[in-house]
Amino acid sequence: MNWRLIKDKLIQRSFATLLALSLIVIVLILLGLSFKSLPLLRAESFGAILTESVWSPLNGSFGFLPFIMGTIWVTFISLIISVPLCILASAYLVEYAGEALRRMVLPLVNVLAAIPPVLYGVWGVLFVVPFLSQYVAPIVGAETTGYTVFAGGIVLAVMIFPIMVSIMVEVLQTIPYELKAASLSLGATKWETIVKVILVKAKPGLIAAIVLGISRAFGETIAVLMVCGNIPQIPKSFFDAGYPLPALIANNFGEMMSIPLYDSALMFAALLLFVLIFGFNLISRLILNRLEGKS
Amino acid sequence: MSNIKKRLLKEKIAKVAMQLSGITITGSLFFIIGTILYKGLPYLSWEMISQSPQGGFYIGKEGGILNAILGSLYLATCSTMLATLIGIPISIFLNIYVKSGTFLERSCKLLFDVLFGIPSIVYGAIAFSIMVWVGIRASLLGGIITITLLTIPIVVRTIDELLKTIPVDLKHVTFSLGATRWELAKIFLKYIKPGIFTAILLAFGRAIGDVAGVLLTTGFSDNLPKYIDEPAATLPLAIFFQLSSPIPEVQGRAYASALVLTFIILIIVICTHLLASKQQKHKI
Amino acid sequence: MNASIPHIQIKDLNVTIEGKRILKNINLSIPNNSITSLIGPSGCGKTTLLKTLNRLVDDTKGVEITGSVLVNGEDIYAKDAEVTHIRKKMGLLSQKPFPLPMSIFDNVAYGPRIHGEKNKQVLAQIVETQLRNVGLWHEVKDRLEASATRLSIGQQQRLCLARGLAVKPEIILGDESTSALDPVSTQTIENLLIELKQDYTIVLVTHILRQARRVSDYIIFVYDGEIIEFGKTDDVLLNPQHEITQQYVKGFIS
Repeated sequence: MNWRLIKDKLIQRSFATLLALSLIVIVLILLGLSFKSLPLLRAESFGAILTESVWSPLNGSFGFLPFIMGTIWVTFISLIISVPLCILASAYLVEYAGEALRRMVLPLVNVLAAIPPVLYGVWGVLFVVPFLSQYVAPIVGAETTGYTVFAGGIVLAVMIFPIMVSIMVEVLQTIPYELKAASLSLGATKWETIVKVILVKAKPGLIAAIVLGISRAFGETIAVLMVCGNIPQIPKSFFDAGYPLPALIANNFGEMMSIPLYDSALMFAALLLFVLIFGFNLISRLILNRLEGKS
Repeated sequence: MSNIKKRLLKEKIAKVAMQLSGITITGSLFFIIGTILYKGLPYLSWEMISQSPQGGFYIGKEGGILNAILGSLYLATCSTMLATLIGIPISIFLNIYVKSGTFLERSCKLLFDVLFGIPSIVYGAIAFSIMVWVGIRASLLGGIITITLLTIPIVVRTIDELLKTIPVDLKHVTFSLGATRWELAKIFLKYIKPGIFTAILLAFGRAIGDVAGVLLTTGFSDNLPKYIDEPAATLPLAIFFQLSSPIPEVQGRAYASALVLTFIILIIVICTHLLASKQQKHKI
Repeated sequence: MNASIPHIQIKDLNVTIEGKRILKNINLSIPNNSITSLIGPSGCGKTTLLKTLNRLVDDTKGVEITGSVLVNGEDIYAKDAEVTHIRKKMGLLSQKPFPLPMSIFDNVAYGPRIHGEKNKQVLAQIVETQLRNVGLWHEVKDRLEASATRLSIGQQQRLCLARGLAVKPEIILGDESTSALDPVSTQTIENLLIELKQDYTIVLVTHILRQARRVSDYIIFVYDGEIIEFGKTDDVLLNPQHEITQQYVKGFIS
C-alpha cells in the first residue's frame, strides 16, 4: 500500500476531527448558555425580562431594559460620530488621494485595530472623561462626572474606525471607472459624482461595513466599561451614565454565586449578546459575499 | 451665485470636510499613543519592569509590574501556539481537503468568519461557568484555554485569506504531477510562510491585549507566575485594576503597564508590516 | 453657429503617460456636422486622443499634456478653463453601457438636474424628447421609474446616448460604442448616429473597419501616437496614401 496515500488519508481524518471538535465546541457553547439561562426564563417571561427596567437581583427583579438601552445608546452615539467621518474619509482616500497617501494612511488606520481595548479605556479615562466634564458639559449646561454614555460612544467610535474604513475603502475601489467617467462626461463635479453615483452604487457594501461596525460596538466590553459609569438606569441624555450589556457580565461575575438566579441572568445576557452579534455578523458577511460574487 | 460657482463651492467645502475626517481618524491613533506615552514614561524605570509589586498590588507602593509582564507573555505565547496548531490544520482541511463550493465548505467558512466577531466576554463567561462546574479555580490554565478558543477563529480566517491569494493554477499543476492533498498543503504552506508568521503575530497581539477573556478565568496575583494552576497577573488586568487607584504609585504601575503593552503591540505591528512586504517578493 | 470655425481643432498636442509618449504632435481639425472615425491598431493612442477631447484624460495617473485643443476657438486646456463646462459640451458613449444607479427617468434627467434644471415639467419634457430621439420612448414609457439596469444591453446603450444628449452637447464622442452590442442593436445605434450628425459633430473610435465605412464621412488613421492619414472615408480605406495605412486596411481592401 502506498505510504503517501495512507499519510494523506490519516491527515485528512485528523484534520477533519479537529474541525468537528471545534464545531462541537460551538454547539456546546450555545447549548450551555441556553441551558444555564433556562432557570431565569422559567421564572419570568421572555418579554418581561427584556422590557422590565428594574435591575435588582437582591430583590429578584431582573429587568434587562437598562442594559439593552445602555448598549443601544453607546452604539448609537458611536455611529453618529463614526459613520459620517468614515464615509467622508474613505471617499477622500479612494477618489482624491494619490496612491502614496493611501499607502501611508491605510496601514495607520489598521494599527488602530491592533490596539487592545483596554488601552482605549485608558485614553478614555485620561482624556475623554475629563474633556466631557470640564469642557463640553458646561457649554451645553449639563452637570456630569464625565462617566457617561457619551464618553462610551466616543471611545467606541474610534474603535470602530478601522473596520469600517477598511471595508468602505475596499468597496469604493470596486466601483468601475467607466461609471464615474459617465457622470463626469455629463459635466458633473467630482463631489456630485461621489454623492449621486458612487455612494449610491456602493450602498450595500457601505451598509455591510456599518453593520460590522455595529456588531463590534455591541460586543466591546472593557473600553466602554471604563468610561460609561456603570449605573443600571435607562439613559435619558448623552450625559447620563449607562451600563451596556457586556459590562454587566464583566462586572458581576463575582457576586453571582450568592444570589439565586443571578448566574442564570448573566448567562442569559451572554446568550443575548452571542445571538445578536452572530446575527449581525452573518448578515454583513452575506452581503459582502454577494458583492464579491457579483464583481 | 451662478449655478456652476455654487457647485464648485460645494465641492471645495466637501473636500475640506473629507480631509478633516481623514485627519481626525488617523490623528486619533497618535493621540491615543501620545497620551499613554505622556502618562507612562515618567513611571518607566528598570525597577518597574524587573520587580513585582511589593505590599499588595492594590495598595503597595513599591515594586513594579514584572508579574504582569511575565504572566501576559506566558499566556499569550501558549495560547497562540495552541491556536496555531489547531487553526492551521482546520484551515487546510477546509481549503484543500473539502471540495470547494460545497455546503460544508461554505457554511464552515461563514461560521468561523462569524465566530471571529464574537466578543471575548462571551468566551470568558462560558469558560468561567465550565470552570466553576468542573471545579477548577481561576488560573493561568483557565486563561490559556479561553484565549486559545478565542484566537482559533482569527488564525483560521487569516490563513483562509492567505490561501485565497494562491493562484488556482498552482493547485492544478501540483495535482497533475500526482501529488496527494497533504503534499499540496505543504507547498501551499511554504508559499504563504511569511503570511503564517503574520497570522501568528496577529493572534499574539489579540491574546496579549484581551481583558474580558482573562478577567474571569485567570484571576490576578502579585507573584511571578510559577504554576499553571495558580492565578496569574496579566498586563491588561494590571491596567484595569490599578488605573483608578487613589495611590499615585499604584496608578503609576497602571500607566507603566499600558506603556509596556503599547510597546509590545507596536513591535508586533512593525514586524507584521515587514513580513507583509516580504510576502510580496515570492508572489507569482 | 459659425460654419467657418471648425468645431474642434487640435494644435501640437502631446500626451505622455508615466514617461511614455502616447500622442505625438497631433495637429488636426475635426470637420463639423459629420462623423469622423479614429482607426488604428490597439494601443496606438486613439482612445487617449478621444479622451483628450473631453479632458477625461486628466484623471489618468502620471499624465502630462502639452498643446491645445480648441473647441469653438477656445482652448479647453487653458489654465482657467472650467472642466465641467467643457465636458457638458461633449457627450460620451463608452464601450460598455454604464447606466447610473437610478431609474430610467433619473438617468436621462441626471445631466439637466446637475446643471440647475429643477422644473419637473421641463425635466419630463427633456426625458421624453431624448428617449424619442434614440427610439426608446415606446419601449420604456410605462416604466420610467424602473431601475435602468433592468434594460437589455442594447437598450442601455441607447439610454446612455439619450442621457448624453439631454445636456445638449455640441459634440458626441463614441469609444467603440457598439462593440458590446448584438448586430441589431449595433445597427440601431449606427443609424441614430447618422441621423444625429445633422446637428452634432461626432468623433468615434472603432476597430471595425466595416463600421467605419458604413458610418463615417471622414477617417483618421492613428499609428503609434501619430496621425498617419486623414481624409474622406473612401479615400483612406480604398486608396490609402501611406504604406502603414495600406498594411492596416489590407484585409478590408482585399
